[in-house]
Amino acid sequence: MPLEYVPGIPILRPYVDPDNKPFWDAVDRHEFVLQRCSNCDVFLQPPRPMCPHCLSMDSLEWVPSAGRGEVYSFVVFEADRMAYPGMKIPYVVVLVEMEEGVRLTANIIDSEPDEVYIGMPVEVTYNSPMEGLTLYQFKKRAS
Amino acid sequence: MTERTLKDKTAIVGIATTDLARDGGRTEYSLACEAVTRAVEDAGLEMADIDGIVKDISDGIDPMYLQKAVGIDNAQYCSDSHWGTSALMTGATAIAAGICNAVVYYRCLNGGSGRRAGNDFRAAREMQDEGLDLLRYDFYSPFGLLTPDGLAAMTARRYLHVHGIDADQVGWIPVVASEYAAKNPDAVFFDEAIGLDDYTRSALRVDPLRDLDCAPGVDGGLAIVLTRADRAKSLRQKAAVVMGVAQGTSTEGELLSNYSRPDIAALPEVRLMGEELFRVAGIDRGDINVAQLDDRYAPYVAMQLEELGFCERGSGVAFCEKGERIRVDGDLPLNTGGGFLGGGFTYGLNVIEAVRQIRGTSSSQVEDAEISLVVSGAGGPADGLILRRD
Ligand SMILES: [Zn+2]
Repeated sequence: MPLEYVPGIPILRPYVDPDNKPFWDAVDRHEFVLQRCSNCDVFLQPPRPMCPHCLSMDSLEWVPSAGRGEVYSFVVFEADRMAYPGMKIPYVVVLVEMEEGVRLTANIIDSEPDEVYIGMPVEVTYNSPMEGLTLYQFKKRAS
Repeated sequence: MTERTLKDKTAIVGIATTDLARDGGRTEYSLACEAVTRAVEDAGLEMADIDGIVKDISDGIDPMYLQKAVGIDNAQYCSDSHWGTSALMTGATAIAAGICNAVVYYRCLNGGSGRRAGNDFRAAREMQDEGLDLLRYDFYSPFGLLTPDGLAAMTARRYLHVHGIDADQVGWIPVVASEYAAKNPDAVFFDEAIGLDDYTRSALRVDPLRDLDCAPGVDGGLAIVLTRADRAKSLRQKAAVVMGVAQGTSTEGELLSNYSRPDIAALPEVRLMGEELFRVAGIDRGDINVAQLDDRYAPYVAMQLEELGFCERGSGVAFCEKGERIRVDGDLPLNTGGGFLGGGFTYGLNVIEAVRQIRGTSSSQVEDAEISLVVSGAGGPADGLILRRD
């Protein structure tokens, strides 16, 4: 069963602050960006106010990403009590290693739990679980 | 970094737990008062002897409220510390520095019945609704990933995958924990030992973690009294001398969701802490007679065995296979009170069992145990102690 929500239960919103706002603003526009340090040419995730390599706060920029990656690990929420009540179980959360090297978690919205495997090629897509909330998500892609 | 400044300077001289229960119906405040009073009594000290108070940052009872209830009038050192049982290092440091003479540590929580993010999603959501920014969950919670069980399962999956481990074999860790717990009257869970079949038949909670991989919450309080090692000799109990104590944090650390570090199938905090712990204690792995590792999640026990140098990377599950090495007569008796899996997840319970082994009062006593290891905080900031007989 692909990802399904339970009507009437709000989905938890991301905690947006000035350090990660450009990421979530881009998601609202269905654009996928990643934080990068232009001094070090490394990508950073989760977003942060300073590059841990050069300690610069001015070199951080948001660059467009193709949103492609592979499943690095995943979990399947099977038990009612430990799952989020606004999502129908079983649901999958994937940790995806992007081509840029950083990893992000999200759901995989178009796959059965037993179709998901480590190394599975995926790409970013978007959904809107409720009014006023847009999320990035992953879907399968041809390798 | 060369001086071993804390070695043999302090000792654990008092321990106590309240009744532990799935739903105890008491306030955490009440649990704290009872645990502290009983630990001080266990040590053979008076409340007036206590001049330092330390606790974990997440413990809800402020030392001021504890003080007024138990009559600690003149404390000169109070400190919150990082995760796990690292507050014991804070206390030992204060004593070794001459700031105070006797420190009480307490950990009291309604982890079974109370409102904790760790218990279920309802609690987590209420806390988020109230604006409590517990952790930086922005990249996890919108996707239904928030309970610690879910966060830990991600690491467990990668660990099993990287090393090609059969997930069913992890079951030996809860099986042996259940054997120890069945013998420990204080352990709330497992009245009877289970077999590997029971494990493989138990429900998947957050695949790959089964219910039996995850330590349940428990209501209860505990307290631990530390004092100067030279003063410990004249007190009521056989002292557990702090031979070594250490902490570790590492690259891209979070609480359980360390997903941005180069290899998530590892616990670099435990490795860093462990190397320092053995260095400051001046002993080798083979000198350890009994160990209490952090079994909040069973696969993390295997990972700790590897990071602490008891076995090669990827062989921690095999180390525990059939339980022979980790039972009371094995090479490394492990989590001899039943661990968090059997006793409920409360940091400090593991330290109390480590002390009981030194005193000779464990429900699964290791014969002639002289040196006892305890580790907390697997999957986050790690800390550990090596205790020895006086
Ligand atoms: Zn940089």
